[in-house]
Amino acid sequence: MTYAPTPPTGGGCRTAPVLKERGQREVFCGLTGIIWLHRKMQDAFFLVVGSRTCAHLLQSAAGVMIFAEPRFATAILEEGDLAGLKDAQDELDAQVDRLLARRPDIKQLFLVGSCPSEVIKLDLAKAAERLSITHGPSVRVLNFSGSGIETTFTEGEDACLASMVPVLPETDARQLVVVGALPDVVEDQMLALLGGLGIDTVRCLPTRTAADELSVGPNTVFALTQPFLGETHAALLRRHARHLPAPFPYGEEGTTAWLATIAAEFGVDADTFAKVTDAPRARARAAVSQASEALRGKSVFFMPDSQMEIPLARFLARECGMQPIEVGQPYIHDALHGPDLDLLPAGPQISEGQDVDKQLDRARAARPDLTVCGLGLANPLEAEGLTTKWAIELVFTPVHFYEQAGDLAGLFSRPVRRRNMLGLEAAE
Amino acid sequence: MKLSVWTYEGPPHVGAMRVATGMKGLHYVLHAPQGDTYADLLFTMIERRNHRPPVSYTTFQARDLGADTAHLFKDACQDAVDRFKPQAIIVGASCTAELIQDDPAGLAETMGFDIPVIPLELPSYQRKENFGCDETFFQIVRHLAKPMERTARVTCNLIGPTGLGFRHRDDIEELTGLLSDMGIDVNVCAPMGATPADIARMGAAHFNVLMYPETAESAARWMERELDQPYTKIVPIGAGATRDFIAEVAAITGKSALIDESRLRQPWYAASVDSTYLTGKRVFLFGDGTHVKAAARIARDEMGFEVCGMGCFNREMARDIRKTAKDYGVEALITDDYLEVEEAIERLQPEMILGTQMERHIGKRLGIPCAVISAPVHVQDFPARYSPQMGFEGANVIFDTWVHPLVMGLEEHLLHMFREDFEFHDDAGASHHGGQAKPRVVEGDQSPTPAASPLEFSDQKNADDNVIWLDDAERELKKIPFFVRGKARRNTENFATERGLAEISVDTLYEAKAHFAR
Repeated sequence: MTYAPTPPTGGGCRTAPVLKERGQREVFCGLTGIIWLHRKMQDAFFLVVGSRTCAHLLQSAAGVMIFAEPRFATAILEEGDLAGLKDAQDELDAQVDRLLARRPDIKQLFLVGSCPSEVIKLDLAKAAERLSITHGPSVRVLNFSGSGIETTFTEGEDACLASMVPVLPETDARQLVVVGALPDVVEDQMLALLGGLGIDTVRCLPTRTAADELSVGPNTVFALTQPFLGETHAALLRRHARHLPAPFPYGEEGTTAWLATIAAEFGVDADTFAKVTDAPRARARAAVSQASEALRGKSVFFMPDSQMEIPLARFLARECGMQPIEVGQPYIHDALHGPDLDLLPAGPQISEGQDVDKQLDRARAARPDLTVCGLGLANPLEAEGLTTKWAIELVFTPVHFYEQAGDLAGLFSRPVRRRNMLGLEAAE
Repeated sequence: MKLSVWTYEGPPHVGAMRVATGMKGLHYVLHAPQGDTYADLLFTMIERRNHRPPVSYTTFQARDLGADTAHLFKDACQDAVDRFKPQAIIVGASCTAELIQDDPAGLAETMGFDIPVIPLELPSYQRKENFGCDETFFQIVRHLAKPMERTARVTCNLIGPTGLGFRHRDDIEELTGLLSDMGIDVNVCAPMGATPADIARMGAAHFNVLMYPETAESAARWMERELDQPYTKIVPIGAGATRDFIAEVAAITGKSALIDESRLRQPWYAASVDSTYLTGKRVFLFGDGTHVKAAARIARDEMGFEVCGMGCFNREMARDIRKTAKDYGVEALITDDYLEVEEAIERLQPEMILGTQMERHIGKRLGIPCAVISAPVHVQDFPARYSPQMGFEGANVIFDTWVHPLVMGLEEHLLHMFREDFEFHDDAGASHHGGQAKPRVVEGDQSPTPAASPLEFSDQKNADDNVIWLDDAERELKKIPFFVRGKARRNTENFATERGLAEISVDTLYEAKAHFAR
C-alpha cells in the first residue's frame, strides 16, 4: 500500500540521544485520570482511598468543579486509620456499603490507591476481592493505583485499564480491540471508519458500561489510541493478544498511518482503503492547513506532561510546519513511541523525566514561539512573554482521527493568534 | 475514614503555600510525592498569578522510597537556596511525606544555611488549610519578629491576608485607605506582600489589625503577649462593623473616630424604596466563620433579611458561630460535608443563599439564588475590578453582590400580576440574567410537559407524608412565582400539620397565606 508515511529525509528521532533528568517534576499524579474516566464509564464509580490532598487535587485539577453529583469520591484516611486504632479494611467496607446503598446505579467500583495508601501498604487488591464477593455479581470491584509515587498524570488511565484486563473473559475469536478512553463521538467516528474497511469485530477498552461485551485471547490484535497505555499494553500481551504498533492517530497523517496498520493486518485492499479514507483525508488536510497557518515556521517546546508529546510533536512538525526545539515526555517506551519517533524529523532535543527549573532555563534561553506545558507553568511563562498551550486541554478535548485534526491544530494556533490579536502589553 | 465528595478546605500544607505565595523573599521546601505540584495551579490559574509559587517540591516516587528520600530533601533545600536566594525558608512535609518520617526540620537545620530555617509541623491527617495558614504565619512571626522601638507616628500591621484569599487583595487597599483617613500608617502588611525582613520589623507597629482570624489569630495573640501589641477584634465587613472597627481603633490609638463617610452608599441604597422588596427575605448563610458572622449582621440589620440558618465549615470557629446563631434564633450547622449543607438548604427552603462557590451549585440545582460571601475561592472570586469586602466600599460591593441574584422589586410585582403571561412567566427566571427564554407550555397542549424543576422534586420529597395536596391546590401553588413557591409550600404544610389537616385545598393555601402574612 502507498499509505505508509514517508520517513524524514534527514532521519528520525528514534535513535537520537535522550536527555534523562531527575529533579522536581511539575506534573499531576494519576488520580487526575478519574476526571475523564468517570465521564467515559457511566456506570463506574471511583473511590480514592487517600488523604485530603487527593480530594483537593480531584476538585482542583480540572480547573472547574463538576457539580453533577460526581461518580468519584475520596475516603479520607484519618489519624485513627494510620495509628492502627481502626482496621482500615473494616473502615473501607463500611464506606463502600454506604456508597453502594446510596448509588444503586453503580455497576463497577474502582478502589483507587493513592500515595498515603501505598505508603501504609493498605492492600486494596485484597479489599477488591473481598468486596467483589460481598457485592457481586451486580457490582464488580477492581483496584488500581493512581498514586503520584507510581503514576504520572495520564498513567492513571493506563493503570485503570490495565486493572480490567486480567478479569476479561477468554476468547479465541479473531478480533480487533481498540484501547484508550475516547469521547463517544470520536469512538463512533473510528468505528465507522473501521467498519467501512470491512473490519467488523471491533471492541473498545474501556467499554462504555460494565455490561458491554469484551473478551480477549490469542487471536486478538489490539491498537492503542493513546500513547500512555504501557501497562495496559503489557497486560494485553500477557493475555496473548498481539499489539499493532503504529503512529498515534493525531492529524491526517497519523490517522492514516494508524488505520493503514490495521488495514494491513486485516488484508484490506488499497481500493477499499482509498474509498473509505480519501474524502476524510482531504477534509482533514484542508482543515489542518487552514488551522495551522499561524504555526508555520514557528518553534515549539514541550514540557513533559500528558505523555502525548512525541506524537504531537510529530504532528506539529510534519503537518503544521513547526520546528520542535525540545520534546520532553515523562517517560519513553520504545514499543509505543518508536513509530512516532521514526517520523519526527531529527533535530529536537528529546528529553525524559524532568528537573523543572533546569528545563525552564532551557526554554527561556530558546525563546520558543510556543511552549506546551502544565497549568502551573502557563501563566508564569506568559508573563515572561512566552506563548503557551496548556497541556491538560489536549487530554480533555476530542483530538483524535480525521474530523478532529483541524481542531487539534487549532488548539495550538489559538494562543499564537491570540497573542497577535491583543493590542495592549500586559502590565507585568 | 471519612467519605468526601467535595471539600471546603485543602490540606494544611496548602495553607502554608498560601502564606509563602503571599510573601516575597521566602521559599517553601516541601517534602512531597510527585503530583502534589498540582497546588501550583491554584495560584497560577485561579488567582492568575504571573509567578510560580515559591515552592520546591521533592516529588519523590516509589523507586526513591527504597533508597534515600532524605537525600532528595537535602538536595531540594540546597538547590532552592542557591537558585532563589531567599531571605528565609520554611520547610515541611505533605501528607505522604509525613508518613515516611524523614524529619525535614531536622535535616534542614543540619545544613548550615546562613538564613533562618523555619520548620513547620502541620498534621495532615488532623487539620486543614486554614490551620496551615495560621500555624505557618505564626511560626514565621515567632521566629523573625522581635520587640523594638515603636514608630514615631501611630502605625499598625495589617495581618492575615494571604495568597488565594477571598478578596484579600482589595481588602488591604480599602483598610489602608480607611486607616490613613484616621491618620494611621501601615507599618507592615503580612503575609501578603511582606518579606522576612518586613516581618522582623513588625514590632515597630503600635497595634495589629487582625483582618482574618482564620489565618492570623495565633500570630496576633503571640504578638500581643510578646510584643505588647493589642489587636483589633472586630472584622470591618459591613457598614455597622466598619463603624465599630473605627471606634475600636480610635479607642486603641486615641485618634478621632470621626471620618468622612461620603463614600458609603449602602445604608441609603438599603433604605431607598426600591429595596422594600428585600424585606424579610429568608437567607441561609454558609462559609468560613468570619465571613458568615459578618454576613449575618449585614443580612439582618443592614439589608432587612431574615436569617433562617447559618453555619461554617471551619471547626476552629464553631463556638463563635454557635453563639452567633443563638442570637439569631437559629441552629448552627458546623460541617465540612457538602451533602449535609445541601440537605439543610433543601429543608429550610431559603429565598437566597449567601454561601461559597459550593453553595452556588446547590442553589443552581435547587433553583435558589446565591451570592458568594466566602472562600473556597474560584476564578470568579478574583475580579479584575476593585471589589473589597471590608470598609465602606466593601459594604457597597456587598449590597450590589447580594441584590444581583434576586429578581428585582418591580419585576417581582410584575411576575405576580402577569404570571399567566406566556413569555413573562416565572420559569423564565430573572430577566437580567440572560439564559434562554422558555415559552410557557399551554395547558391542553399535547406537547410533552417540561421536566419538573429539581425544586419541585425536592419539595415532594420533603412533603409531609400525612398531608395530601388536592389537585386544585397543587395547581394554585404552581401559579405562585418560583422564588416564593418553596416557602409557600413549606408554610402551607406546616400550617396544615399544626391544625391536624389531612388535605390541603385552595382554601387551606390561602388561609396559610393569611396566617403568615407580614
